[in-house]
Formats: sequence, structure tokens, C-alpha cells
Amino acid sequence: MKFNLKIWRQEGPTLPGRFADYTVDNIIPEMSFLEMLDALNEDLIKKGEEPVAFDSDCREGICGTCGLVIDGLAHGPKLACTTCEVRMRVFEDGCTITVEPFRAKAFPVIKDLVVDRTAFDRIIAKGGYVSENTGSAPDGNAIPVSKDIAEAAMDSAACIGCGACVAACPNASASLFVSAKISQFALLPQGHAERKSRATNMVGQMDDEGFGHCSNHAECEAACPKGISIENIARMRREYLKAI
Amino acid sequence: MSSEKLHANIPPGPIADKWSGFKANCKLVSPANKRKHTVIVVGTGLAGGAAAASLGELGYNVLNFCIQDSPRRAHSVAAQGGINAAKNYQNDGDSIHRLFYDTVKGGDFRAREANVHRLAELSVNIIDQCVAQGVPFAREYGGTLANRSFGGAQVSRTFYARGQTGQQLLLGAYGQLMRQVDAGRVKLFARREMLDLVLVDGVARGIICRNLVTGEIESYAADAVIVATGGYSTVFFLSTNAVNCNATAAWRCYKRGAYFANPCFTQIHPTCLPQMGETQSKLTLMSESLRNDGRVWVPKTKGDKRAPNEIPEAERDYFLERRYPAFGNLVPRDIASRAAKAICDEGRGVGSTGYSVYLDFADAIKRLGQPVIKERYGNLFAMYEEISADDPYHTPMRIYPAPHYTMGGLWVDYNLMSTIPGLHVLGEANFSDHGANRLGASALMQGLADGYFVIPYTIGDYLANQKPAKVGTDHEAFRSAVAGVKEQTNRLLAVKGEKTVRDYHWELGRILWDNVGMGRNAKGLTQSISDIQALREDFWKNVKVGGSGEDFNKSLEFAGRVADFFELGELMARDALVRNESCGGHFREEFQTPEGEALRDDENFCHVAAWEYQGEGKEPMRHQEALTFEHVHLAQRSYK
Repeated sequence: MKFNLKIWRQEGPTLPGRFADYTVDNIIPEMSFLEMLDALNEDLIKKGEEPVAFDSDCREGICGTCGLVIDGLAHGPKLACTTCEVRMRVFEDGCTITVEPFRAKAFPVIKDLVVDRTAFDRIIAKGGYVSENTGSAPDGNAIPVSKDIAEAAMDSAACIGCGACVAACPNASASLFVSAKISQFALLPQGHAERKSRATNMVGQMDDEGFGHCSNHAECEAACPKGISIENIARMRREYLKAI
Repeated sequence: MSSEKLHANIPPGPIADKWSGFKANCKLVSPANKRKHTVIVVGTGLAGGAAAASLGELGYNVLNFCIQDSPRRAHSVAAQGGINAAKNYQNDGDSIHRLFYDTVKGGDFRAREANVHRLAELSVNIIDQCVAQGVPFAREYGGTLANRSFGGAQVSRTFYARGQTGQQLLLGAYGQLMRQVDAGRVKLFARREMLDLVLVDGVARGIICRNLVTGEIESYAADAVIVATGGYSTVFFLSTNAVNCNATAAWRCYKRGAYFANPCFTQIHPTCLPQMGETQSKLTLMSESLRNDGRVWVPKTKGDKRAPNEIPEAERDYFLERRYPAFGNLVPRDIASRAAKAICDEGRGVGSTGYSVYLDFADAIKRLGQPVIKERYGNLFAMYEEISADDPYHTPMRIYPAPHYTMGGLWVDYNLMSTIPGLHVLGEANFSDHGANRLGASALMQGLADGYFVIPYTIGDYLANQKPAKVGTDHEAFRSAVAGVKEQTNRLLAVKGEKTVRDYHWELGRILWDNVGMGRNAKGLTQSISDIQALREDFWKNVKVGGSGEDFNKSLEFAGRVADFFELGELMARDALVRNESCGGHFREEFQTPEGEALRDDENFCHVAAWEYQGEGKEPMRHQEALTFEHVHLAQRSYK
């Protein structure tokens, strides 16, 4: 297979970016999108040109490191998967593919397709945990959790922190990400002692980081590779209202 | 030869009392003094993240480093199946002793008994800790914790969170870590790669890092250094590990004098997606839990090209069930992997390359119904279908073994301290608990045991015994280490040859997979040592890195890692060549029973081999730590 690529190139956070055109050939349908970019970079290095910078790590959809906007969609055209899980067979041979970074004010570009998502870490630092020092825990079965609740908490906890929800949102809101963590601990009994401070502090930090507000577009849910539901955002609002 | 430095420092007393005895007698750092001690933790996976969080809670001044953009992305995140604990919630006969026994036996009697017993003891605390943190483990309808059985065990002691157990445990540790960051006790340095260890008067005093965004070479000083940077399976290029996993931090410690133990003990995981082509960047693991309900088979006749569903029951060979009736499809990983390789070498493998076997769920679906199978493995089935375009509900999966975990690593004593005073090594980066083969669901257990429950005690004991003169990064040792790191960077960029870093890594991986993989022999190992040396020499003459050192440069990052992999790969081959026996994941074709099982030589090889670096171009020196088995009787493993 052969593809024309329009890739966002940007040397640094404060420098202007632009689209550059490339062509890749001899791509096989089983290759992942990132393996296609690897092949492009191998060519560029051999030609003495600067390879395209992009982030990736596990390449099986669990670490949340990779994230590209492909033809205008965060993580590309396939639903419920990360960029590294997109296979080239989903594209038509010979087509042109546009590749951009996850764009948001709170995710400044580091280089080309690599963005800085440390804002997510700072939000988690404000309450994305149960304050539980090592060594003081009761027996695991001393805290019963019904199966339904455990499953619902797991649905929320499945978030990989990739930031696709932010990239897909017209407001660049981090509401899906923040609400998934707030929900996990609002559902589980272990999280109840801190549920009020968690909701206010995490939402406060999200605002401080420059993420937008949620206006119910639901683009985040559509882009989420882990199928996190916007029900979490509704729950986050209830938690927040109860807390203030 | 045995060595003076290889003191395991195992506490006295009966095995079940050693750890409690240590805790009762270890020295403590007073609360007021803890904040005066700076501890560097490199790595934010289960071991590193748990260590940094726990040491922060205790009040130490912690500096925590990771190569990822966030600590939450450390490769522990990818572990799927579960975590073992001797809770005996199932009333099926489990106990601390049985977990200890299974782990020593599973490791084919090449692990230290005292360490393994401590691990089994701590396993129960880990589950309690993680539940209290809000890790959403699977539950029964009554609200209690659910368990499943896992390869190599006859009890159900594995706790899990769907197929994302590693992710959930890591996010638990990450949450605790970020809580300490917020409290100001842990300072986080993401996108930093450790490129050297700094020793002052023979004691670990700091590290040198490359800032992966700006390219700046940075120095950090501390009273102790903890390395928890994971394993080295990516030495094979194609492995189940993340593409950035590497051995560089551990290797630089080796070159500074830390002994490297059992480098040839690598684990090839049986249930991975088969390789598809040369453009592939990694292999995908399917959780071993699939073997609970899936049956492994190949056609009975060679070259049978019929579709799997057209092959009648009588013409199928369920070779694991046939060879190992007691454990069947649940035999340990090394045995399952080797059996699959042997069948494919025989010409009975399936798929276009002939190098894969079927993992079939038809019986389980018939017995339990599709919804139950979907609930248990839905995400794994979806992942398989996404990659292979086959639907495993209707067509058997095709699987083949792939490099997955490394039992070898930096040598540590009972206190998890290396042969360099002050340098501690946790998790997969050390060699300690799994012997020659790790059982499923034991890696998460070891990482968290080391990080949450062992190092907080042992590092206190170390620091309380130190009266350190404060060393700053302006010390000569730091300046010369920085100069060395810069020189290597400049050297890599200056070659400006023809072949890319990936080209070399791929070739190295092929040499290792063919000769230091699932089947090894003296001829192949000897050849691989000279092949690796020749390839390494060519690398330094003909590699093309590109870009600059003052920038975000993935190619430069990989170049440094591959440069280290040449040296590590050679040491793996050397270690495998000297170990004239088969044990666990190390299978020397010359040493096998008539049935093709691994044949240990306890008389000559019941020891840990720990290698000491002797300088560039010189052969490393092999030391031995003798292993004694007082509680688990040395016997040939049998899973029949």
C-alpha cells in the first residue's frame, strides 16, 4: 500500500508549525499506524532528514502514551482504540492522511506530534487517590464491595490518561478524564471519606490548568479508546454540587 | 569462583521468622532525621512508584525519575492477568508455605529461599494495601474478592482487575506517588533517562540523566540510589515489552561495579500473537489466564493445511494435556513455550509461517456459554481480533511464544542492595526471587513487595548506619561522569554511517532469538558471541543516528540503549554458555531428559552466577553465590 501524508511539523513550543508532505510506500495492511510512521522515519533518517517526533510506548493500547489526531479524529477513524492499535488496513490504498498532535491550550506542543500532558499529573496530585499510607490497611475482605459497584468502578478506572477526550472536545475540556477518576472513588466505599475535597480540588485544578468547560458535546466519549461514558461527567457534577 | 562481595546477608533464624526478625532488629532513622536524607528512585513502575510513595510517606526527601512523560505510563501498566497472594480465601489449601514452595519449584530451584519466603509472606499485605487504595479488583456477588488460577499453580490465588491488573495496581501506586508529590516529599522528574551512576569513595551517591526534551545532561546527588527500571527483554528487539523499555540504567550500574546476576535467565511467554512481518515493532501478549479455558492444540499430521474447524477431534493433538496430564494447559510458562517450539520445529505448527499453535475456546464456550467467556476475556478477544482480523469466538486463536520477562538482573542481597553500597535494585531490574523461571502473576507481587514493604525497612537500616559527609553535584565524580556521558552522545552522533539504529537492533535481536532464545547449545552460543562482537564493532563505525544532542531525539535515545544491548546480549550468551545445565527458561539442548525436559545439574550449578565488569574489551569475571535448599526438597520439576 502507498499513502500520502500531511504531517504537522513544529520544532518547539514557541515556534510556528506547518504541515509537511511525505509519501510512504510498501506498507502492508497488518502494520499499525505507528509502524507506518516508523517506516517513514527510517527513510527520513537514511536520507539525512529530521525524523518526525511522536510519542509511543506499549503499542498495545494500555499505557496511554501515543495519541495523534488522524484525519481530524483523535486516535483515528476506528472507534474504541488507541493510535497504536489502528492498522493500515482501515485506510484506502493511495489516500492522503492528515496527522496532527492532540491540540489544547493545556497541552503545549513539545515537538512535532509530541505534547506536554503533565497537567493531568497535576490534577491527579490534587485528589486522584485514597489517602492510605502503606502498612495500615485492614484485611482485603473487610471492605466488601458489591459486584455491580466494583464493575462500574472498573469501567471508570479503565481510563488510560491519553488525553483524546481533551483533543476531541471543542472546548478542550478535561471533564471526561477528571470525572472518570472522581467516579471511581465516588462509587467505591474506600473513596468516601475524601469525596468532597476530591471533587472540589480536582475540578479546581482542571480549571487552573486552562482546560475548558463541558458543554455536553459528547465528542470525548466518542473518541475515548476505553469507552469511558459521559455518565461519569454527570456523576462528577453531582459530586461537585454536593461538595460546595 | 565465589566472592567476598556476594554476601546475601540473610537474617538468622527459622525461615518463617527471618523477615520479622530483621524488622525487629533493623536500625531506624528518627522521624526528624528522615527529611535530611535524600533518596533517588529511578523508575515509577510498581517497584519504583511504590518505593517513592512509601519513602515519601515516611518523610524522606525523594527524587523520582522516569523516561515516560508521566509516571502512570511505566511498563507495569501493561501486565494483564493478575497478582498472586496466599490469602486462601478460596479454602482450597493455599498458604504462605505453599506459595513459597510453588515459587521456588517454579523457578526451578535457582532462587534464594529466604527472599522467596519473604515475598510469599508479604503477598497478603499487598492485596490489603491495594484494596484500601481503591484498586477495583474483581468481586464475587457477595462482595468478597474474586480469584482465579494461573499457570503453574493448583490453587486459585490470583487476584485480578479484568485483564488490566497491572494498570490498576500501577494507578494505585501512581495515586499514592502523586499524593506525595503534592505534599512536597517527592520531587518528580519525568522524561529523564539515567545514563550513569555516580560513586564517591565506592558508595552510590547520585545519578546522571539526560533530559529527553532539552537534551541537557543533569546531575543529582543523594544519600542512596534505588534503581527500579525493569527488565531487558527488548534486547531481542521483538518482545512483549514496550518499545522504550531498556537496560541502560542497570547496565551503567554494572559498568560501575554492580554485579549482574544470571543474565541468561530470560522468560519466553507462551501466549503471544505470532510474528507477522519484518516491519513489526513489537509482539503482543495475550494474558496467560486464557490458558484456564483455552485448549492448546495442533494437527496430528505434519503439513495439515485444513482450516482448524475442519480438523476433526480425533486428528488433533492437545499436546500439553497429553504430555502433562496433571497440569494440562496450565503448566509453567517455560514448559508451555518450549513444547510449542518443539511441535513447530517438528513441522506441525500452523499458520502461514508454521510457527504458531492453536488456542481453542470452543469447548469452554460450549460448557459455559459465550457471555461467560466474554465477561472473562472480552477485552483480550477484542484485542486479538483487532490485530489479526480473526474472531476467536468462532476460530481458534493462533499463538506463539515471545520474549516477555527477565529473571536475571543486578545482583542484590536480602536487603535488595547491590554489590555497590548504597545502590538498591527493586522489581524486575534485580535478579532475586524468580530463579530461572517466573510463575504467572508473580511479577506484580514482587514489584509491589519490594517497593511497599521491603525497601522502606532495608533502606532505613542502611541510612541509619551511614554518617555521610554531604556530597554535592559539584564533586569531581559528578563532573567526570557528566563528561563521560557527553562524550558517548557525541560519539554516537559523530559516526554518521549508513545503517539506522533499528537496523542494528533488529539484527542483534535475530542473533539472540536464534541462539540465546528458547533453545541454546554451545556451538550456537559461541558463534553468537563473535557475531555480536562483530555487529557491535560495525555499529560504532556505520550507525546513522541523525539530529542533535540538544533536542528531543528518539533516534539518539534508542542508539544509546542499543549500544548497551550489544554488551548485555554478549553477557547473556556467555552466561548461557558457562551454565552447562538446563533450568527453567534456560534450556541447553545438550542437557535434557529422554522426554525432552530440562535437566538440571545441582552438583555443579546450584548457584547464582554474578558477573563483574572488568573494563572495555576484557572478559567479565564470573562469581558464584551458592544456593542451599533447606525447606524445598531439590527435585526435578514434574508437572505430569
